Amino acid sequence: MENKNWIGFKEGVWCDEINVRDFIQTNYKEYTGDDSFLSGATQRTDALMKKVEGLFVLERQFGGVLDIDTATVSSLTSYSPGYIDKENELIVGMQTNRPLKRGVNPFGGIRMARQACKAYGYKLSDKIEEEFKYRTTHNDGVFRAYTDEMRAARKCHVITGLPDAYGRGRIIGDYRRVALYGVDKLIEEKQKDKAKLAAESFDSPQIRLDEELYQQIAFLGKMKEMAMMYGFDISLPAENAREAIQWTYFAYLAAIKEQNGAAMSLGRVSTFFDIYIERDMANGVLTEEGAQELMDDFVMKLRIARHLRTPEYNELFGGDPMWITEAVGGVGEDGRTLVTKNSFRVLNTLYTLGSSPEPNLTILWSVNLPENFKKFCAKVSKDTNSIQYENDDLMRPIYGDDYAIACCVSAMKVGKQMQFFGARCNLPKLMLIAINGGYDTTSGIHIGPQMPVLEGDKLTYDAVMERLDVYLPWLSHLYVNTMNIIHYMHDKYAYEKTQMALHDTYVDRFMAFGVAGLSVITDSLSAIKYANVKPLRDEEGYIVDFETTGEFPKFGNDDDRVDSLAKDMTHKVITELRKTNTYRNSIHTLSVLTITSNVMYGKNTAATPDGRKAGEAFAPGANPMHNREENGALASLNSIAKLSYDDCRDGISNTFSITPDALGKTESEQVENLVTILDGYFAKMAHHINVNVMTRETLMKAYENPEAYPNLTIRVSGYAVHFNKLSREQQREVISRTFHEAV
Amino acid sequence: MSKGYIHSFQSLGTVDGPGVRFVAFFQGCNLRCKCCHNPDTWAKVGNAKEYTAEEVADKALRYKEYFKDNGGITLSGGEPLLQADFAKDIFALSKQRGINTCLDTSGSVLNDKVMELLEVTDRVLLDIKYTEDALYWENAGCSMGIPLKFLGVLNDKGIPTTLRQVIIPTINDNEDNIKKLYDIAKEHRCVDKIELLPFHKICQTKYDEMKIPFPFGCLPTPSKEKMEFLKSFIKEYL
Repeated sequence: MENKNWIGFKEGVWCDEINVRDFIQTNYKEYTGDDSFLSGATQRTDALMKKVEGLFVLERQFGGVLDIDTATVSSLTSYSPGYIDKENELIVGMQTNRPLKRGVNPFGGIRMARQACKAYGYKLSDKIEEEFKYRTTHNDGVFRAYTDEMRAARKCHVITGLPDAYGRGRIIGDYRRVALYGVDKLIEEKQKDKAKLAAESFDSPQIRLDEELYQQIAFLGKMKEMAMMYGFDISLPAENAREAIQWTYFAYLAAIKEQNGAAMSLGRVSTFFDIYIERDMANGVLTEEGAQELMDDFVMKLRIARHLRTPEYNELFGGDPMWITEAVGGVGEDGRTLVTKNSFRVLNTLYTLGSSPEPNLTILWSVNLPENFKKFCAKVSKDTNSIQYENDDLMRPIYGDDYAIACCVSAMKVGKQMQFFGARCNLPKLMLIAINGGYDTTSGIHIGPQMPVLEGDKLTYDAVMERLDVYLPWLSHLYVNTMNIIHYMHDKYAYEKTQMALHDTYVDRFMAFGVAGLSVITDSLSAIKYANVKPLRDEEGYIVDFETTGEFPKFGNDDDRVDSLAKDMTHKVITELRKTNTYRNSIHTLSVLTITSNVMYGKNTAATPDGRKAGEAFAPGANPMHNREENGALASLNSIAKLSYDDCRDGISNTFSITPDALGKTESEQVENLVTILDGYFAKMAHHINVNVMTRETLMKAYENPEAYPNLTIRVSGYAVHFNKLSREQQREVISRTFHEAV
Repeated sequence: MSKGYIHSFQSLGTVDGPGVRFVAFFQGCNLRCKCCHNPDTWAKVGNAKEYTAEEVADKALRYKEYFKDNGGITLSGGEPLLQADFAKDIFALSKQRGINTCLDTSGSVLNDKVMELLEVTDRVLLDIKYTEDALYWENAGCSMGIPLKFLGVLNDKGIPTTLRQVIIPTINDNEDNIKKLYDIAKEHRCVDKIELLPFHKICQTKYDEMKIPFPFGCLPTPSKEKMEFLKSFIKEYL
């Protein structure tokens, strides 16, 4: 073995090149047994978690933010070490010098940092204000380049939530590389890549990469310094499980100190850790209880990670999420499943530490996962509402067997692919702008091609589609160009050097576009096609409301007449987007995902022909509109499963709430039936599902009496939140969603 | 291809037969049980839509991926036996497509059409509403004889059968009744399961909408403890 810390591992290609996948494939031990081997929380864990819980209570009492360091710019080494309880922590490292104290990260935009401080009663220090007077932030750069039309599109909310004032996130560093190889080896490889680059002829792309490599190397150095402040030398590979987890966590910690990206996902670490745990156990230096403690401590650290956000941001992404998404399970290309004992342990933290939205535990589901593991997942879902499921059988052929999920539903090969995140456009609003000939009635803004308002007392399908065929290409082109500016500037002024240092030097890039209100535009088009939709006009002749009479099929009932409209719409959108070139030749992708922004999108959208009132929330993600499903849960799942992943490679999010009774009579029946439903849904080539097993009454009680339900966790749209961290409006929307009940 | 009236569909049925099931609720019922939770299925046509057997079977087929080894289609109601021809065609088509068939019935109709239906039925959920003829007459509107005769037929044909009974406080929530039910099961080898279902009143809103009284609306629902106690007499059938 090249390195003494690798003794006990099987050799492979991974010894000669940076190749974590090969290390995993060569060394992991599949586990097909049940959960009976698991240990509970130790006294130490309980005591430490109690302290953390106490801090959570304080944080809530302080209005959601416990403390802000307004005088320090967040970076890898800018804070002295922080602890929860130094003597009793197995894994260490804090974002700032104290738990839950938030740092300030103005690189995305100083205005956002200033407003966030102000919103919680703080003031950004003069020192930082002064310093950033002479710096260009990502936000500055973007607004220098934005065209008038881009500003108008933003202002009227036809495109919203763009990462133009904060970190874009959705990049997953291969944090495992630090544990497996040590930082020195990673620096050495990057230096080699930089040297090789000299052979190319230099123009913007080469020069940019050359500078990026410089930054990557510099920040790998800072990462070492940061670890050293905590008393650890991470130059060399981790020697045991505790170090492997610690090294990996340091790498992740460095990333969240440097970047405040919307989603800062973790990747796929559990099975990687299992290899170290198994080696320690074979050497007699680690027990099952000890292994669970390490995972508990690691997860506890992830649960106290925080970024400073503004109230406007929370409106889009409610519940203070970090999207520390960890992908668990899946199957390898050789057919062995990637389920290990540590896949169970990471889920077990939802029992040892209690249910929680973070980390965002995501099961990569395959029909071929071990039955025991499937049942355990279903049980955890039923007990905690804290996990989500994505279709490994659908993604593996595209991304291989070492991909992970960024944010909610965005798949990418770890360390080999990244994405440029791009929020979403509002399809129902686009339709309204189109029939009004380039006028948005909510904001009073003229935008897009100008033409007469659609005439007549009845909207016809052909006339509306003809209009969409003009406005969709217009918006798509504008959307791509807007994204190009954003990501050019982000690379220029807020480049993710820590995370990109943990990628291969040459990566594939996705540019991830999104749509909101898919079920609203779908049902509206269905109403226009199958019922009578009479447009109602204001004094100026603009269409501001509709009178819809007659029956029409609605999305969510497994009715091809309307489901095909949804499928065609996503196909049209991605096809149009592809017509405009992207920054850095990234690959266009599309998501049907809203986070909690469906409430805000709805608020800014006038009445629609499907009967939705002005201002009423959209359904989240790809969900059918609330309570329009008439044929039960599976019909709803079937409708969503028809959306094509080929068109929506950035993910199709479905949030599903069902009462325990509707799943079966006994607990074991409920677990088995949930497994069956998941198997069936994914066999239909569906992409994603959030599962909540609860009653509406529970949510209503929590709405009335939030203090009594501090830990009530619920999956909303690709992620989970503490119910009481949502705004009242968001809470009401969640309560109004369809709950599939027993008949 | 026969046609029939369907009140509604439930694509996710987990309480009407084993596994995950697609349930079609038939319109029309010959009984008027005082505990009925689907009074809107009583009328022969009501607000129901007419479907061909093929349309219903095609709908079920869309959920085949969810059925695995034990799930399938369940016909419930209303009373499926009143449209036995229609039910038979749905089942025959479903069986051709490898879908398990399950019939949820009161067993209160027995004729040649029903006998044909049973030829393509994989399991029957048979309501034995009471274990006394008087209670049957009073609270369901038929004699106990026909359901028992129906059970005899199931036994002769060897069709796996689940006996079901709704437990209604003050009417049949007693040990004696459960013991009789147990004896009925014992006498018929086709019975492999008994389900005791707690009486519930969430259907009150349906009665209110139809502006008719819910005859048992005044009765309480049974406690969990009572249900467990009664179940203790039929352990081998749970």
